[in-house]
Amino acid sequence: MIELVRNVRVWFAPERVREDGGTPDYRFSLANERTFLAWLRTALALIGGGFAVDQFLPDLRWGWRVGLALALLAAGVLCSLRAVNHWVRCERAMRRGEDLPVSRFPALLGVVVAIVAVAMVVIVLAGWEG
Amino acid sequence: MTVPAAPDPHQQPAARDPGLQPERTRLAWRRTTLASTVVAVLAAKTTLQGGPTAARVVLSAVCCALWLGFLAVAHHRIRTLATAEGGRPAALTPRHATAAALCTVALAACAAALVS
Repeated sequence: MIELVRNVRVWFAPERVREDGGTPDYRFSLANERTFLAWLRTALALIGGGFAVDQFLPDLRWGWRVGLALALLAAGVLCSLRAVNHWVRCERAMRRGEDLPVSRFPALLGVVVAIVAVAMVVIVLAGWEG
Repeated sequence: MTVPAAPDPHQQPAARDPGLQPERTRLAWRRTTLASTVVAVLAAKTTLQGGPTAARVVLSAVCCALWLGFLAVAHHRIRTLATAEGGRPAALTPRHATAAALCTVALAACAAALVS
């Protein structure tokens, strides 16, 4: 938790990253940046999915529709916040010459997306029958 | 008499990175901007379909402003990548990364307000 607070402080104070270690090869920084952007796209896709649930499943009951949409939107928020946090951690690890941080977030996100997908199939099938 | 050594203007330009890292990063920014465009369009569609009340129009306008903000961050970064000396662009600053991520979070917040 303290580590997270420290990371959040770095988000807004860029010069703090430069305090640590040496500047890594610019190609590694650019690769880190592209990974960050890929996670941001994942977040945007989840947000788009939230809109899509709202727009393209109009026959669904209000509660289910909004619940699914909000679940996807919340996943998008988590994904984008985690993207910038992971980017900061990787950047700092590269500057210090440490191992890159490991993360269980991809696995968690995968499980959540799978659950949402199964829920959508069940809900759409049940909705069509009812 | 010694002449101060001036930097040779005809220095060999830095070897082009065979991995095309700056170009790939530029395209990654473009893809991400495109993804945020899709989200902004979906926000507008939701507003129009649900009956454009004042609150929904405002939320939709905020989404467009956030999209513009993201576009500005991407544009700034792409310019930095394109004009880097010796083809070695500086790393993304945490401020820009945070701005891009917060635009995404704010888009999600507007989306939540629009769909519920």
